Amino acid sequence: MLKSLKHSCLAVTAVISAFTSIYTAAEEKLVVYTARKEHLVKPLFDLYTKQTGVQIDYITDSAGPLITRLQAEGKNTPADLLITVDAGNLWQAQDKGVLQPIKSETLEKNIPVHLRDSNSHWFGLSVRARTMVYATDRVKPGDLSTYANLADKQWDGRLCLRTSKKVYNQSLVATMIERMGTEKTEEIVKGWVNNLAAPVFSNDTMAMEAVAAGQCDVTVVNTYYYGRLLKEKPDTKLKLFWANQKTTGTHVNVSGAGVTKYAKHKATAVKFLEWLSTPTAQKIFADSNMEYPANSTVKPAKLVASWGEFKADQLNVEIAGRKQAEAIKLMDRAGYK
Amino acid sequence: MSVGYTREMTHHRFWFWLVCAVAAIVLLPITNLIFSWGNFQTDVWLHLIETQLGQLLSNTFWLVLGVSIGVTVLGVGLAWLTAMCEFPGQKWLDWALMLPFAVPAYVMAFVFLGIFEFSGPIQTQLRVWFGPGNYFPAIRSTGGVITVLSLVFYPYVYMLARSAFISQGRGLMDAARILGLSPWQAFFKVTLPMARPAIAAGLALALMETLADFGAVATFNYDTFTTAIYKAWYGFFNLQAAAQLATLLLLFVGLAVFIEKNARGKARYNQNSQHLFHRYELTGVLGIAASGFACLVVLIAFVMPVTQLIIWVIKTGLVDFDQRFLSLVGHSLSLGAVAAITTVVIALLLAIAQKQPNQRWLPKVINISTLGYALPGSVLAVGIMMGFSWLDNTIFTWWFNWLGEEPRQVLLGSLFALIVAYGIRFLAVAFGPVDSSLHNIKPSITEAARSLGANSQRIIFQVYLPMMAPGVLTGALLVFVDVLKEMPATLLMRPFGWDTLAVRVYEMTSEGEWARAALPALTLVIVGLLPVILLMRRSNKL
Repeated sequence: MLKSLKHSCLAVTAVISAFTSIYTAAEEKLVVYTARKEHLVKPLFDLYTKQTGVQIDYITDSAGPLITRLQAEGKNTPADLLITVDAGNLWQAQDKGVLQPIKSETLEKNIPVHLRDSNSHWFGLSVRARTMVYATDRVKPGDLSTYANLADKQWDGRLCLRTSKKVYNQSLVATMIERMGTEKTEEIVKGWVNNLAAPVFSNDTMAMEAVAAGQCDVTVVNTYYYGRLLKEKPDTKLKLFWANQKTTGTHVNVSGAGVTKYAKHKATAVKFLEWLSTPTAQKIFADSNMEYPANSTVKPAKLVASWGEFKADQLNVEIAGRKQAEAIKLMDRAGYK
Repeated sequence: MSVGYTREMTHHRFWFWLVCAVAAIVLLPITNLIFSWGNFQTDVWLHLIETQLGQLLSNTFWLVLGVSIGVTVLGVGLAWLTAMCEFPGQKWLDWALMLPFAVPAYVMAFVFLGIFEFSGPIQTQLRVWFGPGNYFPAIRSTGGVITVLSLVFYPYVYMLARSAFISQGRGLMDAARILGLSPWQAFFKVTLPMARPAIAAGLALALMETLADFGAVATFNYDTFTTAIYKAWYGFFNLQAAAQLATLLLLFVGLAVFIEKNARGKARYNQNSQHLFHRYELTGVLGIAASGFACLVVLIAFVMPVTQLIIWVIKTGLVDFDQRFLSLVGHSLSLGAVAAITTVVIALLLAIAQKQPNQRWLPKVINISTLGYALPGSVLAVGIMMGFSWLDNTIFTWWFNWLGEEPRQVLLGSLFALIVAYGIRFLAVAFGPVDSSLHNIKPSITEAARSLGANSQRIIFQVYLPMMAPGVLTGALLVFVDVLKEMPATLLMRPFGWDTLAVRVYEMTSEGEWARAALPALTLVIVGLLPVILLMRRSNKL
């Protein structure tokens, strides 16, 4: 009696399953939650499937919702791997306990120490620098030097910035706090706000357009946004300037990945992550978005290389996460919207 | 007699449990949010009070005030013109004015900035002609945000007011004129008050959308409650604080709805459905002015953004137009249709339950369960997601253990859960028109039917439903288009592989790739428009 009851229950569950995302635990399969956009990761997924036969299912969303979802799902999560942009987000994922540490010689060899979590919960896979872009007809490169210098009187009414709500700016300010202390940084951020030529913009592209149109003379962007602008308008009067070359080096950030705490296909996930750090994958990963490969043996794309070599800040990128809340509060106090 | 009496009793119980069941599902995510107060985030709150709270409150206040005025003036004015008057182009402007409804607020915001910004084509041209300088008031300002949101949300008011005016006909207005009122007096003293429930329902929807909007205010970088909620969540990674802010927002909305309901008081509205009436003919200057005004709105709120999208599509070519793109369209359509039908059926049941005798507390429960619409999509989506994963982690885990199987997720990431999420989010959208069309049914009709011996069932099927058809259709359509545009819940809860047009728009816009976002956005507008046009043409024939 009980047995037949169980059987019918199983049948009911099977029917429900038809409407749901239930997994048959196929061995060669991976489930990825990614905050890096589909068109930037799908080519890699497809290539890996072609090479190994591992089928990859994925969901795209922003980092916040994905991390929240992993927390809510807990032990039952179908996800094996979290891919996201910004070290701050990766650090938060680890802080919320949704990632697990990975022991892998391959990853340790391929990814430099300052681009990964010191406890191996996540690994940077591509690098982007956040630095100045200026109008060549109105600014001499000699006038530019450091992020701090943008608070100087000479930039009064000449600076444009993206909103402080974007994690990239939070990460930049977090690094500055680490390097110079809270007080000094707050003074600098207040100086930036005083120098603004227009209310802050909601994205890097708009800020660059404002510089091009003459609303302001200089702004701070991620390098790949500048790359996209170049592709669109090859004759643009805007140029990149590498910040802090005589001091700590230009602020860099990563996009990266970590294996989830309750991954059902841990071994497969680790293998895939290792593959992502190898030259073949690194090339695709970086070039698809005009970024720098995290693996230092791999050369960036031609256009990216043409912006010149630069000294990058060697501070561990996890600082971005550790000091994120502090950075947001500081920017709020300074009136940086 | 006693038999009838007990049958009535079971009826009561049926409606009671039905409303309770719906309310329980709808309130699940909201309860989740309220529970967040159990862990007060002193740190974040203190910081907010010290820095931004004053600004947030005043920004939100001005936005609500401005959009209220904007959508009411546009919506009611245009509805009056197209429903009651005859002027050049009236026939097609009638439905063309609904078109902006299919343009998502975030698209409108972006196009608006792209065109009118300092670096945009207009100001650039002005600088070419007249030398350097700033020729515009700042677009990224309170006024700019109010303009954009009013242009996007006025169709809610327009649609509901228009059907109210049409079903009112001219009789009352003419009677008022005969009694010596001027046209304006007649309009303000007779016509407008009669259409008030519909206008209020439309305004409530527009304001809820305004309060919940994130896409447009984020594009303008205009700080509101919504942006603060996101900051608490994405910046501080403090979901508790985000939820607390969200409940506060909900409180404001609840208060507004409560004030409106009380102001409406015990008024009962009846109307004579006269569909055959002569419109007021506007000729000469008046006709041209009416045409011009309506055309201008269509031009700015629809033609302009769509043209920009088309330009972008041409610029990028059809790179993304492939087999997969068609599947996005299919997903969007099927989700929209299923969600629209489900939500309207539930809204109908609730509306009818409200009409049952002796149900004094029902409207209150229903009001609360439609509040979810005013929450930023993401916040509600997270509340819903947590509800489902809680069910997964408790009930289903226990279930699988009992069956001797490996526990796994059943609800979260299922189509079923996504449809329920849409239902929770858009119940208010379906309920507004359905309910206001029910307001049109005179109590005397029900009484007459009852006295003729019709039971509740017959009254529902033979009296209520036919009279409510336009409202039901309107509700279904609004939900359909809203589901197409919906982003956060779709992103968070869609099953693997179920990408939609809105998901693709998000993928591109969140990285600032506006030109590539144009194809899915344009498709979204077109797909959303078809039913709008169909419905408008149909309602003219009714």
